[in-house]
Amino acid sequence: MTIRSILQAIVHPRTVTEDLGPPSQVAADVPRLAGSLQLRHVDAGSCNGCELEITSTFGPVYDAERFGARLVASPRHADALLVTGPVTKNMVGPLVKTFEAMPEPRMVIALGDCARDCGVFRGGYGVEGPVGDVLPVDLQVPGCPPNPEAIVRALRGLTGR
Amino acid sequence: MNGIGGVIAAVLVAGAQIAAVAVGGPLLVGVMRKVRCHIEGRVGPPIHQPLRDLRKLFSKQRMRPDQASWVFGVGPVVLVATAVLIAAISPLATTRPPLGQTADFFAIVFVLLLGSVALALAALDTGTPFGGMGSSRAMTIGALAEPALLVAILAMSIPAHTSNLPALVRIGLAHPQLIASPERFLALGSFLVVILAESGRLPVDNPSTHLELTMIHEAMVLEYAGPDLGLVILGESMRLALLLGLLVNLLIPWGIADRPGAAALVIGLGALVGKVVVAGIAIATFEVFTAKLRLFRLPELLAGAFVLAVVGAFTALVIR
Repeated sequence: MTIRSILQAIVHPRTVTEDLGPPSQVAADVPRLAGSLQLRHVDAGSCNGCELEITSTFGPVYDAERFGARLVASPRHADALLVTGPVTKNMVGPLVKTFEAMPEPRMVIALGDCARDCGVFRGGYGVEGPVGDVLPVDLQVPGCPPNPEAIVRALRGLTGR
Repeated sequence: MNGIGGVIAAVLVAGAQIAAVAVGGPLLVGVMRKVRCHIEGRVGPPIHQPLRDLRKLFSKQRMRPDQASWVFGVGPVVLVATAVLIAAISPLATTRPPLGQTADFFAIVFVLLLGSVALALAALDTGTPFGGMGSSRAMTIGALAEPALLVAILAMSIPAHTSNLPALVRIGLAHPQLIASPERFLALGSFLVVILAESGRLPVDNPSTHLELTMIHEAMVLEYAGPDLGLVILGESMRLALLLGLLVNLLIPWGIADRPGAAALVIGLGALVGKVVVAGIAIATFEVFTAKLRLFRLPELLAGAFVLAVVGAFTALVIR
Protein backbone atom coordinates (compact mmCIF):
# COMPACT_ATOMS: atom_id res chain seq x y z
CA MET A 1 0.00 0.00 0.00
CA THR A 2 1.52 3.26 -1.05
CA ILE A 3 1.19 6.45 0.99
CA ARG A 4 -0.97 7.83 -1.78
CA SER A 5 -3.44 4.97 -1.54
CA ILE A 6 -3.55 5.24 2.24
CA LEU A 7 -4.31 8.96 2.02
CA GLN A 8 -6.91 8.22 -0.60
CA ALA A 9 -8.54 5.66 1.69
CA ILE A 10 -8.69 8.27 4.45
CA VAL A 11 -10.15 11.00 2.25
CA HIS A 12 -12.49 8.74 0.33
CA PRO A 13 -13.07 5.43 2.10
CA ARG A 14 -14.46 2.72 -0.09
CA THR A 15 -16.28 -0.46 0.65
CA VAL A 16 -14.25 -2.39 3.21
CA THR A 17 -16.41 -5.50 3.13
CA GLU A 18 -14.55 -8.66 2.15
CA ASP A 19 -15.78 -10.83 -0.67
CA LEU A 20 -16.57 -14.24 0.80
CA GLY A 21 -17.29 -16.06 -2.45
CA PRO A 22 -20.32 -18.20 -3.34
CA PRO A 23 -22.62 -19.50 -0.61
CA SER A 24 -21.71 -22.67 1.22
CA GLN A 25 -23.91 -25.74 1.63
CA VAL A 26 -27.57 -24.76 1.96
CA ALA A 27 -29.31 -26.33 4.93
CA ALA A 28 -32.08 -28.61 3.68
CA ASP A 29 -34.82 -28.00 6.23
CA VAL A 30 -35.17 -24.20 6.11
CA PRO A 31 -36.85 -23.49 2.78
CA ARG A 32 -39.37 -20.97 4.12
CA LEU A 33 -36.74 -18.67 5.58
CA ALA A 34 -34.74 -18.44 2.37
CA GLY A 35 -32.90 -15.16 2.16
CA SER A 36 -34.16 -13.70 5.42
CA LEU A 37 -32.96 -14.68 8.88
CA GLN A 38 -33.66 -12.62 11.98
CA LEU A 39 -31.52 -13.54 14.97
CA ARG A 40 -32.11 -12.98 18.66
CA HIS A 41 -28.86 -13.24 20.61
CA VAL A 42 -28.89 -14.50 24.19
CA ASP A 43 -25.78 -14.57 26.32
CA ALA A 44 -26.42 -17.57 28.60
CA GLY A 45 -23.20 -17.12 30.57
CA SER A 46 -20.54 -16.36 28.02
CA CYS A 47 -17.13 -14.74 28.65
CA ASN A 48 -17.99 -12.17 25.93
CA GLY A 49 -15.39 -13.56 23.52
CA CYS A 50 -18.17 -14.83 21.25
CA GLU A 51 -20.01 -11.49 21.57
CA LEU A 52 -16.97 -9.68 20.20
CA GLU A 53 -16.93 -12.00 17.20
CA ILE A 54 -20.69 -11.54 16.66
CA THR A 55 -20.22 -7.77 16.70
CA SER A 56 -17.50 -8.19 14.12
CA THR A 57 -19.70 -10.48 12.03
CA PHE A 58 -22.24 -7.69 11.63
CA GLY A 59 -19.58 -4.99 11.26
CA PRO A 60 -18.50 -3.46 7.96
CA VAL A 61 -15.77 -6.04 7.17
CA TYR A 62 -17.80 -9.25 7.33
CA ASP A 63 -21.21 -7.59 6.93
CA ALA A 64 -23.49 -10.60 7.46
CA GLU A 65 -26.46 -8.33 6.70
CA ARG A 66 -25.72 -8.58 2.97
CA PHE A 67 -26.69 -12.27 3.16
CA GLY A 68 -30.04 -11.48 4.76
CA ALA A 69 -29.13 -12.15 8.41
CA ARG A 70 -29.93 -9.47 10.96
CA LEU A 71 -29.89 -9.13 14.73
CA VAL A 72 -33.24 -8.03 16.15
CA ALA A 73 -34.32 -6.58 19.47
CA SER A 74 -37.13 -8.99 20.33
CA PRO A 75 -37.55 -12.78 20.29
CA ARG A 76 -40.97 -12.20 18.72
CA HIS A 77 -39.22 -10.87 15.61
CA ALA A 78 -36.68 -13.68 15.46
CA ASP A 79 -36.35 -16.86 13.39
CA ALA A 80 -33.32 -18.19 15.20
CA LEU A 81 -31.97 -17.97 18.72
CA LEU A 82 -28.23 -17.36 18.83
CA VAL A 83 -26.98 -18.68 22.17
CA THR A 84 -23.46 -18.13 23.44
CA GLY A 85 -21.75 -19.46 26.55
CA PRO A 86 -22.52 -22.39 28.86
CA VAL A 87 -26.05 -22.15 30.26
CA THR A 88 -25.70 -20.94 33.83
CA LYS A 89 -28.28 -21.91 36.43
CA ASN A 90 -29.71 -18.38 36.52
CA MET A 91 -30.09 -18.21 32.74
CA VAL A 92 -32.02 -21.47 32.22
CA GLY A 93 -35.38 -19.78 32.83
CA PRO A 94 -34.80 -16.66 30.71
CA LEU A 95 -33.35 -18.78 27.87
CA VAL A 96 -36.34 -21.13 27.75
CA LYS A 97 -38.76 -18.18 27.99
CA THR A 98 -36.99 -16.45 25.10
CA PHE A 99 -37.27 -19.59 23.00
CA GLU A 100 -40.95 -19.97 23.84
CA ALA A 101 -41.60 -16.35 22.82
CA MET A 102 -40.38 -17.03 19.28
CA PRO A 103 -42.94 -17.83 16.58
CA GLU A 104 -42.62 -21.07 14.58
CA PRO A 105 -40.64 -22.05 12.57
CA ARG A 106 -37.79 -21.37 14.99
CA MET A 107 -34.23 -22.56 15.30
CA VAL A 108 -31.51 -22.60 17.92
CA ILE A 109 -27.87 -21.92 17.07
CA ALA A 110 -25.27 -22.88 19.69
CA LEU A 111 -22.37 -20.54 19.05
CA GLY A 112 -18.91 -21.36 20.39
CA ASP A 113 -17.44 -24.28 22.29
CA CYS A 114 -19.04 -23.27 25.61
CA ALA A 115 -22.53 -23.40 24.11
CA ARG A 116 -21.76 -26.81 22.58
CA ASP A 117 -20.14 -28.61 25.53
CA CYS A 118 -19.50 -26.00 28.26
CA GLY A 119 -15.83 -25.69 27.18
CA VAL A 120 -13.53 -24.59 30.00
CA PHE A 121 -16.52 -24.02 32.28
CA ARG A 122 -17.53 -27.68 32.33
CA GLY A 123 -18.30 -28.81 35.87
CA GLY A 124 -18.46 -25.27 37.24
CA TYR A 125 -20.76 -24.88 40.24
CA GLY A 126 -22.94 -22.30 38.50
CA VAL A 127 -23.19 -24.16 35.20
CA GLU A 128 -26.33 -26.08 34.35
CA GLY A 129 -24.97 -27.60 31.12
CA PRO A 130 -24.57 -26.98 27.40
CA VAL A 131 -27.37 -25.39 25.36
CA GLY A 132 -28.33 -28.83 24.03
CA ASP A 133 -29.46 -29.86 27.55
CA VAL A 134 -32.00 -27.03 27.70
CA LEU A 135 -33.16 -26.45 24.11
CA PRO A 136 -33.21 -28.45 20.85
CA VAL A 137 -30.09 -27.24 19.02
CA ASP A 138 -30.35 -27.10 15.21
CA LEU A 139 -26.90 -25.78 14.36
CA GLN A 140 -23.56 -25.69 16.13
CA VAL A 141 -20.70 -23.34 15.38
CA PRO A 142 -17.45 -24.63 16.94
CA GLY A 143 -14.57 -22.44 18.05
CA CYS A 144 -13.33 -20.62 21.13
CA PRO A 145 -14.37 -18.13 19.99
CA PRO A 146 -15.48 -19.00 16.43
CA ASN A 147 -14.03 -16.44 14.05
CA PRO A 148 -16.39 -14.21 12.06
CA GLU A 149 -15.78 -16.18 8.85
CA ALA A 150 -17.11 -19.32 10.55
CA ILE A 151 -20.16 -17.47 11.90
CA VAL A 152 -20.92 -15.92 8.51
CA ARG A 153 -20.52 -19.34 6.88
CA ALA A 154 -23.02 -20.87 9.31
CA LEU A 155 -25.51 -18.06 8.83
CA ARG A 156 -25.21 -18.29 5.05
CA GLY A 157 -26.01 -21.96 5.32
CA LEU A 158 -29.31 -20.92 6.92
CA THR A 159 -30.18 -17.98 4.66
CA GLY A 160 -29.03 -19.84 1.55
CA ARG A 161 -27.36 -16.73 0.11
CA MET B 1 -66.05 9.93 -15.58
CA ASN B 2 -69.38 8.16 -15.37
CA GLY B 3 -70.94 4.81 -16.08
CA ILE B 4 -69.41 1.39 -15.64
CA GLY B 5 -66.32 2.31 -17.69
CA GLY B 6 -65.60 5.19 -15.35
CA VAL B 7 -65.85 2.95 -12.33
CA ILE B 8 -63.47 0.41 -13.86
CA ALA B 9 -61.01 3.17 -14.76
CA ALA B 10 -61.19 4.56 -11.22
CA VAL B 11 -60.59 1.12 -9.72
CA LEU B 12 -57.61 0.58 -12.04
CA VAL B 13 -56.08 3.95 -11.12
CA ALA B 14 -56.58 3.32 -7.41
CA GLY B 15 -55.20 -0.22 -7.78
CA ALA B 16 -52.12 1.05 -9.61
CA GLN B 17 -51.43 3.63 -6.91
CA ILE B 18 -51.98 1.16 -4.06
CA ALA B 19 -49.76 -1.44 -5.73
CA ALA B 20 -47.05 1.17 -6.35
CA VAL B 21 -47.09 2.22 -2.70
CA ALA B 22 -47.37 -1.33 -1.27
CA VAL B 23 -44.44 -2.65 -3.34
CA GLY B 24 -42.58 0.63 -3.57
CA GLY B 25 -42.67 1.35 0.18
CA PRO B 26 -40.57 -1.68 1.21
CA LEU B 27 -38.30 -1.14 -1.81
CA LEU B 28 -37.82 2.49 -0.77
CA VAL B 29 -36.73 1.32 2.68
CA GLY B 30 -34.34 -1.12 0.94
CA VAL B 31 -32.90 1.68 -1.21
CA MET B 32 -32.39 3.88 1.84
CA ARG B 33 -30.62 1.07 3.70
CA LYS B 34 -28.44 0.39 0.67
CA VAL B 35 -27.43 4.04 0.38
CA ARG B 36 -26.62 4.14 4.05
CA CYS B 37 -24.54 0.94 3.88
CA HIS B 38 -22.73 2.22 0.80
CA ILE B 39 -21.65 5.42 2.52
CA GLU B 40 -20.61 3.44 5.61
CA GLY B 41 -18.32 1.28 3.46
CA ARG B 42 -20.49 -1.84 3.60
CA VAL B 43 -22.06 -3.86 0.84
CA GLY B 44 -25.40 -4.05 2.59
CA PRO B 45 -28.44 -6.23 1.96
CA PRO B 46 -30.00 -6.20 -1.51
CA ILE B 47 -32.65 -3.57 -2.22
CA HIS B 48 -35.45 -6.15 -2.21
CA GLN B 49 -34.47 -7.51 1.22
CA PRO B 50 -37.49 -5.85 2.97
CA LEU B 51 -39.82 -7.66 0.54
CA ARG B 52 -38.05 -10.94 1.31
CA ASP B 53 -38.44 -10.27 5.04
CA LEU B 54 -42.15 -9.55 4.53
CA ARG B 55 -42.68 -12.74 2.55
CA LYS B 56 -41.08 -14.73 5.36
CA LEU B 57 -43.02 -12.92 8.11
CA PHE B 58 -46.36 -13.62 6.41
CA SER B 59 -45.49 -17.34 6.30
CA LYS B 60 -44.65 -17.52 10.00
CA GLN B 61 -46.80 -18.52 12.93
CA ARG B 62 -49.31 -15.97 14.21
CA MET B 63 -48.35 -15.47 17.84
CA ARG B 64 -49.97 -13.08 20.28
CA PRO B 65 -49.27 -12.52 23.98
CA ASP B 66 -51.77 -14.19 26.34
CA GLN B 67 -52.77 -10.87 27.89
CA ALA B 68 -53.45 -9.16 24.57
CA SER B 69 -57.02 -8.14 23.69
CA TRP B 70 -58.53 -7.52 20.26
CA VAL B 71 -56.91 -4.06 20.17
CA PHE B 72 -53.54 -5.75 19.66
CA GLY B 73 -54.70 -7.51 16.52
CA VAL B 74 -56.62 -4.54 15.11
CA GLY B 75 -53.72 -2.05 15.39
CA PRO B 76 -51.64 -3.29 12.43
CA VAL B 77 -54.75 -3.78 10.28
CA VAL B 78 -55.85 -0.17 10.85
CA LEU B 79 -52.31 1.01 10.13
CA VAL B 80 -52.25 -0.73 6.74
CA ALA B 81 -55.90 0.10 5.94
CA THR B 82 -55.37 3.84 6.45
CA ALA B 83 -52.25 3.72 4.29
CA VAL B 84 -54.15 1.86 1.54
CA LEU B 85 -57.00 4.37 1.68
CA ILE B 86 -54.65 7.33 1.36
CA ALA B 87 -52.72 5.59 -1.43
CA ALA B 88 -55.97 5.19 -3.35
CA ILE B 89 -57.27 8.77 -3.17
CA SER B 90 -54.05 10.84 -3.08
CA PRO B 91 -52.55 12.56 -6.14
CA LEU B 92 -49.51 10.29 -6.40
CA ALA B 93 -49.39 9.19 -10.04
CA THR B 94 -52.32 11.25 -11.32
CA THR B 95 -53.90 14.57 -10.36
CA ARG B 96 -57.31 13.00 -10.84
CA PRO B 97 -57.40 10.04 -8.44
CA PRO B 98 -60.75 8.35 -7.78
CA LEU B 99 -62.71 10.17 -5.05
CA GLY B 100 -60.10 12.92 -5.36
CA GLN B 101 -62.61 15.53 -4.24
CA THR B 102 -62.65 13.84 -0.80
CA ALA B 103 -58.86 13.94 -0.49
CA ASP B 104 -58.69 17.03 1.65
CA PHE B 105 -55.19 17.53 3.02
CA PHE B 106 -56.48 17.99 6.58
CA ALA B 107 -58.54 14.80 6.32
CA ILE B 108 -55.54 12.87 4.97
CA VAL B 109 -53.46 13.96 7.94
CA PHE B 110 -56.12 12.80 10.37
CA VAL B 111 -56.50 9.46 8.61
CA LEU B 112 -52.74 9.00 8.87
CA LEU B 113 -52.94 9.89 12.54
CA LEU B 114 -55.64 7.26 13.00
CA GLY B 115 -53.06 4.62 12.03
CA SER B 116 -50.51 6.02 14.49
CA VAL B 117 -53.04 6.09 17.32
CA ALA B 118 -54.19 2.53 16.55
CA LEU B 119 -50.60 1.31 16.80
CA ALA B 120 -49.96 3.27 20.01
CA LEU B 121 -53.10 1.77 21.62
CA ALA B 122 -52.08 -1.70 20.45
CA ALA B 123 -48.65 -1.24 22.03
CA LEU B 124 -50.26 -0.23 25.33
CA ASP B 125 -52.57 -3.23 25.15
CA THR B 126 -50.00 -5.89 26.04
CA GLY B 127 -48.95 -4.04 29.18
CA THR B 128 -45.23 -4.43 28.59
CA PRO B 129 -43.15 -1.54 29.92
CA PHE B 130 -41.45 -0.90 26.59
CA GLY B 131 -44.73 -0.81 24.71
CA GLY B 132 -46.13 1.84 27.03
CA MET B 133 -42.91 3.82 26.87
CA GLY B 134 -42.87 3.71 23.08
CA SER B 135 -46.53 4.74 22.88
CA SER B 136 -46.05 7.65 25.21
CA ARG B 137 -43.04 8.88 23.27
CA ALA B 138 -44.71 8.42 19.89
CA MET B 139 -47.81 10.32 21.03
CA THR B 140 -45.68 13.12 22.51
CA ILE B 141 -43.90 13.52 19.20
CA GLY B 142 -47.17 13.22 17.31
CA ALA B 143 -48.79 15.90 19.47
CA LEU B 144 -45.88 18.23 18.69
CA ALA B 145 -45.69 17.38 14.99
CA GLU B 146 -49.38 17.58 14.10
CA PRO B 147 -49.85 21.33 14.80
CA ALA B 148 -46.81 22.09 12.65
CA LEU B 149 -48.25 20.02 9.83
CA LEU B 150 -51.70 21.59 10.12
CA VAL B 151 -50.32 25.12 9.96
CA ALA B 152 -48.07 24.09 7.06
CA ILE B 153 -51.12 22.87 5.16
CA LEU B 154 -52.85 26.14 5.98
CA ALA B 155 -49.89 28.05 4.54
CA MET B 156 -50.06 26.02 1.34
CA SER B 157 -53.82 26.28 0.98
CA ILE B 158 -54.17 30.06 1.49
CA PRO B 159 -52.72 31.10 -1.90
CA ALA B 160 -54.38 28.15 -3.67
CA HIS B 161 -57.77 28.86 -2.02
CA THR B 162 -58.24 25.13 -1.43
CA SER B 163 -56.92 22.43 0.85
CA ASN B 164 -57.94 19.67 -1.54
CA LEU B 165 -54.75 17.72 -2.31
CA PRO B 166 -55.33 16.90 -6.00
CA ALA B 167 -56.38 20.52 -6.55
CA LEU B 168 -53.23 21.76 -4.79
CA VAL B 169 -51.07 19.64 -7.11
CA ARG B 170 -53.06 20.72 -10.20
CA ILE B 171 -52.73 24.39 -9.27
CA GLY B 172 -48.99 23.84 -8.81
CA LEU B 173 -48.81 22.43 -12.33
CA ALA B 174 -50.81 25.30 -13.80
CA HIS B 175 -49.17 28.11 -11.81
CA PRO B 176 -45.54 27.23 -11.01
CA GLN B 177 -45.07 30.66 -9.39
CA LEU B 178 -47.18 29.37 -6.46
CA ILE B 179 -44.60 26.64 -5.82
CA ALA B 180 -41.65 29.03 -6.02
CA SER B 181 -43.25 31.25 -3.35
CA PRO B 182 -41.69 31.64 0.10
CA GLU B 183 -44.73 30.30 1.95
CA ARG B 184 -44.63 27.03 -0.04
CA PHE B 185 -40.94 26.51 0.74
CA LEU B 186 -41.44 27.30 4.42
CA ALA B 187 -44.44 24.98 4.59
CA LEU B 188 -42.66 22.14 2.78
CA GLY B 189 -39.61 22.54 5.05
CA SER B 190 -41.93 22.12 8.01
CA PHE B 191 -43.63 19.18 6.28
CA LEU B 192 -40.25 17.48 5.78
CA VAL B 193 -39.42 17.68 9.49
CA VAL B 194 -42.86 16.29 10.31
CA ILE B 195 -42.28 13.40 7.86
CA LEU B 196 -39.00 12.54 9.58
CA ALA B 197 -40.75 12.62 12.96
CA GLU B 198 -43.86 10.69 11.91
CA SER B 199 -42.00 7.93 10.06
CA GLY B 200 -39.43 7.47 12.82
CA ARG B 201 -36.30 8.48 10.93
CA LEU B 202 -33.18 10.18 12.26
CA PRO B 203 -32.75 12.62 13.98
CA VAL B 204 -36.04 11.85 15.76
CA ASP B 205 -35.85 8.06 16.05
CA ASN B 206 -33.20 5.58 14.96
CA PRO B 207 -34.87 2.89 12.81
CA SER B 208 -31.96 0.45 13.21
CA THR B 209 -31.48 0.66 16.97
CA HIS B 210 -31.37 -2.40 19.20
CA LEU B 211 -31.29 -0.50 22.48
CA GLU B 212 -34.73 -0.65 24.06
CA LEU B 213 -34.26 2.55 26.03
CA THR B 214 -33.60 4.68 22.94
CA MET B 215 -36.45 3.23 20.93
CA ILE B 216 -39.60 5.09 20.00
CA HIS B 217 -41.33 3.31 17.16
CA GLU B 218 -39.47 0.02 17.54
CA ALA B 219 -40.45 -0.18 21.22
CA MET B 220 -44.13 -0.20 20.23
CA VAL B 221 -43.77 -3.25 17.99
CA LEU B 222 -41.53 -5.42 20.20
CA GLU B 223 -44.42 -7.78 21.00
CA TYR B 224 -45.53 -8.31 17.39
CA ALA B 225 -44.60 -11.53 15.61
CA GLY B 226 -45.14 -13.17 12.25
CA PRO B 227 -47.98 -11.82 10.05
CA ASP B 228 -48.87 -9.06 12.54
CA LEU B 229 -45.29 -7.79 12.45
CA GLY B 230 -45.36 -8.06 8.67
CA LEU B 231 -48.42 -5.78 8.57
CA VAL B 232 -46.75 -3.25 10.87
CA ILE B 233 -43.59 -3.16 8.77
CA LEU B 234 -45.60 -2.95 5.55
CA GLY B 235 -47.79 -0.17 6.95
CA GLU B 236 -44.83 1.85 8.19
CA SER B 237 -42.97 1.62 4.88
CA MET B 238 -46.16 2.52 2.97
CA ARG B 239 -46.61 5.59 5.15
CA LEU B 240 -43.05 6.71 4.48
CA ALA B 241 -43.53 6.27 0.73
CA LEU B 242 -46.89 8.09 0.87
CA LEU B 243 -45.60 11.07 2.81
CA LEU B 244 -42.54 11.40 0.58
CA GLY B 245 -44.75 11.01 -2.50
CA LEU B 246 -47.01 13.84 -1.34
CA LEU B 247 -44.01 16.01 -0.48
CA VAL B 248 -42.34 15.62 -3.88
CA ASN B 249 -45.61 16.14 -5.74
CA LEU B 250 -46.25 19.38 -3.85
CA LEU B 251 -42.69 20.53 -4.54
CA ILE B 252 -42.11 19.20 -8.08
CA PRO B 253 -45.47 18.18 -9.57
CA TRP B 254 -44.14 17.81 -13.15
CA GLY B 255 -44.44 14.32 -14.61
CA ILE B 256 -47.68 13.50 -12.77
CA ALA B 257 -50.56 12.43 -15.08
CA ASP B 258 -52.87 15.41 -15.57
CA ARG B 259 -55.26 13.81 -18.05
CA PRO B 260 -56.92 10.38 -18.21
CA GLY B 261 -55.29 7.56 -20.14
CA ALA B 262 -53.04 4.58 -19.48
CA ALA B 263 -49.93 6.15 -21.05
CA ALA B 264 -50.13 9.26 -18.85
CA LEU B 265 -50.67 7.07 -15.79
CA VAL B 266 -47.59 4.96 -16.57
CA ILE B 267 -45.49 8.12 -17.05
CA GLY B 268 -46.96 9.47 -13.80
CA LEU B 269 -45.99 6.29 -11.93
CA GLY B 270 -42.47 6.43 -13.38
CA ALA B 271 -42.10 10.08 -12.42
CA LEU B 272 -43.39 9.34 -8.91
CA VAL B 273 -40.90 6.49 -8.43
CA GLY B 274 -38.03 8.65 -9.70
CA LYS B 275 -38.88 11.61 -7.48
CA VAL B 276 -39.47 9.52 -4.35
CA VAL B 277 -36.24 7.56 -4.85
CA VAL B 278 -34.25 10.79 -5.17
CA ALA B 279 -35.91 12.11 -1.99
CA GLY B 280 -35.21 8.79 -0.20
CA ILE B 281 -31.55 8.83 -1.21
CA ALA B 282 -31.25 12.41 0.03
CA ILE B 283 -32.80 11.52 3.40
CA ALA B 284 -30.62 8.38 3.76
CA THR B 285 -27.49 10.43 3.02
CA PHE B 286 -28.57 13.02 5.58
CA GLU B 287 -29.15 10.25 8.15
CA VAL B 288 -25.60 8.91 7.86
CA PHE B 289 -24.19 12.23 9.00
CA THR B 290 -26.79 12.82 11.72
CA ALA B 291 -27.01 11.55 15.27
CA LYS B 292 -30.28 10.94 17.04
CA LEU B 293 -31.40 13.94 19.04
CA ARG B 294 -31.93 13.59 22.76
CA LEU B 295 -35.59 13.07 23.52
CA PHE B 296 -35.76 16.36 25.42
CA ARG B 297 -34.31 18.25 22.44
CA LEU B 298 -37.03 16.97 20.11
CA PRO B 299 -39.62 19.62 21.13
CA GLU B 300 -37.11 22.25 19.97
CA LEU B 301 -36.82 20.64 16.54
CA LEU B 302 -40.58 20.28 16.18
CA ALA B 303 -41.17 23.79 17.53
CA GLY B 304 -38.79 24.94 14.82
CA ALA B 305 -40.95 23.17 12.25
CA PHE B 306 -44.01 24.84 13.76
CA VAL B 307 -42.38 28.28 13.54
CA LEU B 308 -41.48 27.66 9.89
CA ALA B 309 -45.10 26.80 9.18
CA VAL B 310 -46.45 29.81 11.08
CA VAL B 311 -44.09 32.17 9.27
CA GLY B 312 -45.20 30.54 6.03
CA ALA B 313 -48.87 31.06 6.86
CA PHE B 314 -48.31 34.73 7.77
CA THR B 315 -46.29 35.25 4.59
CA ALA B 316 -49.14 33.80 2.59
CA LEU B 317 -51.62 36.10 4.30
CA VAL B 318 -49.47 39.23 3.97
CA ILE B 319 -48.47 38.70 0.34
CA ARG B 320 -52.03 38.12 -0.78
